[in-house]
Amino acid sequence: MSHDVDRTAAAQARKGIMGQLGDFLDDRTGYRALVHEALYERVPGGARWRYVWGSTLVFAFMTQVITGLFLWASYSASAQTAWESVYYIQHEMAGGWLLRGIHHFMAQAMVVLLALHLLQVVIDGAYRAPREVNFWLGLVLMLLVLGMALTGYLLPWDQKGYWATIVATNLAGIVPFVGPSLQQLVIGGPEYGHHTLTRFFALHAGFLPGALIVMLVVHLSLFRKHGLHAKQPITRPDAMFWPDQVLKDAVAMLAVMAVVLGVILMPALRAMLAGDAVVPGELGAELGAPADPSLPYAAARPEWYFLFLFQFLKVFEGWGATGEFFGAIVVPGLIMGVMFLMPILGNWKLGHRFNVAFTLAILAGVGLLTALALNEDYYALWVDKASLAEAEKIYDQTGGDPEKLAAALGNDSAKINAMEQQWKKLERVRHSQAFLEASRQAKADAARAIELAGRPEKIPPAGMLELVRQDPKSQGPRLFAQHCAGCHAHVDPLAANAEAVIAKSSAANLHGFGSAQWMRGLLDPAQVAGPAYFGNTAHKEGDMVNFVQNDLTDEAEWSKADIDAVVAAMAAEAGRAVPKELVGLVDKGRELVASTDRCGSCHTFRDNGTELGSAPDITGWGGREWLVGIIADPTHERFYGDNNDRMPSFGKATEGALPPLSGEQIGLLADWLRGDWYRPAGH
Amino acid sequence: MSHPEQRRGFLAKAFAVVCGGLATMVPVGAGLWAFLDPLRRSAGVAKFLPVAELAAIPDDGVPRQYPVITDRVDAWTGFAAEPVGAVYLRREKGATEVQALSATCPHAGCFVEMEPTGRCFRCPCHNSTFTLDGGIVAPSPSPRAMDALDCRVGKNGEVEVKWQKFRAGIAGKEVQG
Repeated sequence: MSHDVDRTAAAQARKGIMGQLGDFLDDRTGYRALVHEALYERVPGGARWRYVWGSTLVFAFMTQVITGLFLWASYSASAQTAWESVYYIQHEMAGGWLLRGIHHFMAQAMVVLLALHLLQVVIDGAYRAPREVNFWLGLVLMLLVLGMALTGYLLPWDQKGYWATIVATNLAGIVPFVGPSLQQLVIGGPEYGHHTLTRFFALHAGFLPGALIVMLVVHLSLFRKHGLHAKQPITRPDAMFWPDQVLKDAVAMLAVMAVVLGVILMPALRAMLAGDAVVPGELGAELGAPADPSLPYAAARPEWYFLFLFQFLKVFEGWGATGEFFGAIVVPGLIMGVMFLMPILGNWKLGHRFNVAFTLAILAGVGLLTALALNEDYYALWVDKASLAEAEKIYDQTGGDPEKLAAALGNDSAKINAMEQQWKKLERVRHSQAFLEASRQAKADAARAIELAGRPEKIPPAGMLELVRQDPKSQGPRLFAQHCAGCHAHVDPLAANAEAVIAKSSAANLHGFGSAQWMRGLLDPAQVAGPAYFGNTAHKEGDMVNFVQNDLTDEAEWSKADIDAVVAAMAAEAGRAVPKELVGLVDKGRELVASTDRCGSCHTFRDNGTELGSAPDITGWGGREWLVGIIADPTHERFYGDNNDRMPSFGKATEGALPPLSGEQIGLLADWLRGDWYRPAGH
Repeated sequence: MSHPEQRRGFLAKAFAVVCGGLATMVPVGAGLWAFLDPLRRSAGVAKFLPVAELAAIPDDGVPRQYPVITDRVDAWTGFAAEPVGAVYLRREKGATEVQALSATCPHAGCFVEMEPTGRCFRCPCHNSTFTLDGGIVAPSPSPRAMDALDCRVGKNGEVEVKWQKFRAGIAGKEVQG
């Protein structure tokens, strides 16, 4: 007896403090048996690389949980804070770009790993009895993962997430009977807004992952219950899960993480090799411009792994509402239905072959639709545009009219058919170009929003959208295109296409309006009656053109230095930079402009006493106040009065109606024309 | 086991299930009650909103896009005079009436744009194409023509549009929300 006690005491002493603590815990929890059960699973035929897919998926999900929780710690789900908080994570928080990048790209890796895992289970026939229930659980897990991908896309509340979600939720709305209610529940009311975000976030970070974890626990315990579905025939000795298979799994996990990190860091590597600066905020996941329901977003596309569904909706052209119902609900539903039946179909003699063929066919179809979608969008990048030059010319000549085409080609049906084929190609190029242009615009808008968010004043409480809507650089081109570009050009005279654009316009080119260069062009006898100035207007033969072409060319009256002085004075009037060599001439220029023997004979300038009515008052010409005034009402006696050509009074409304442009919009246009907008320091 | 004991056993089980079930139903019910709140919300009565002036709409039969500006409520936030969407207005030569089309695609809700050629509308998402008066160009993924909006011209020449949204993806034009 005492002998035994001695032995136990000796064993205790040998074990040390950790061993004793282990014994204590095991005695009360039985953890050793649990660990043993978790790690010492027999792997029939030994560890294999082909068994790693399930483990990499669990790893990918764990990565999403970890990065997701940390993102959650910085994310704020509301229409005025979602974009803003994601901007802050991505561009201002140390390491935020990496955290968000991993979450974003691991989600994509997860979709790929899902497809591989599913493919392997089907090919190996691992859905057969007794594993049917576990196969079904796997399919449910797949749907949950896709659901998280879909809901996560909206959370940054940027243009692409917003518009993609509109499409997705509208598709939910066509489900029979419950569709409209379902849609309204998901978006949290009749309109998209705060509650769309809070609901999507609750789904993304709560309901769906919660359900997924429960299902995953059952999935894994059933997997353990049935044992690994070993590759037959078994030729090698069995091995233990720990450490043989775990080692392979861990290497595969590391490889998955390396790929994700590679995708995030590749642009940084490229920049470093090119000797450019690396901006961490530009690495990893993109952040578009803030969601704006009133701004068209022609680059709207779902994430790449949903592109096949997007493309599939185009297949049903001409089917009407049935087509959309088929494409979005019936066909995907049938495919999922067949997949759920696979374990049962597998019992049939040719069942397994059918299942494999079906899965491969679906994957091939998905691949094909994705390729078609990409080809449609990026077609203009790889098509030989030179071969379409002839077709484009004929299209422009005939206006695309089949009758005129027939006449132009001498009613030769072979030629007409060939040309119609070319036209189809041309149309695809044009659609692709429109998409590429929209993508470029989207990138520029996003970059500008991020630039604005980085101002020292930060984002106002009303949110980023408010700031973008008050930004002349963002809004100016849109307002100009909508209200001014019908007559005015706005193109750098040195640009490649400038001549053609200016020739088509019917009013002055306003690019650089107010600058010394613009004024020099106005005072150039060769240009003043050209299309960039008064050439296409009612003032073509007016007093100003006459003055520039006759008086200004008389060197006895107007020396070159005099003209330089006027240019300097007017640029200074507009608040623009006066060229260095002309700075000393500003005062002299002002005297010339004011002089009633010179410009002042027609133009009012400061206190020169010339009466309004014969020509615009050029006091403060080209400045903000002056521009706002002329845009609001060019018919005012201060400007063109009764001599106004065709320019509408954008700020004037008839009683009871709205003016075409609000005061704020006119201000934005004026600021944009003057190039007066926020620029980050160092630019 | 005797009968009374069996009966007692059954009652105990049933009672346990009912108690546990009721206790659990309370948080689930409260949660669902609040979760279903959006179903009570509606877009409200559609109003005629001024979007442009008749004289400012070129009478060349080419549709032009105008922003729709109105007060908007998003759950707890109220916006005053905020752009909420866009309409296309189109006026024929010399006409004193205007045709108004919603810019929202009736297929899946993307923003329909004018082709750069100015000859038709095209949705940048799934290529649904429409004529300048909103008619469907077959074959199209869209189940119906662009949604025409009620439009009236006031006595001072202001063009007012009845701002409504319609359910996407169905053949009929049903008001949404």
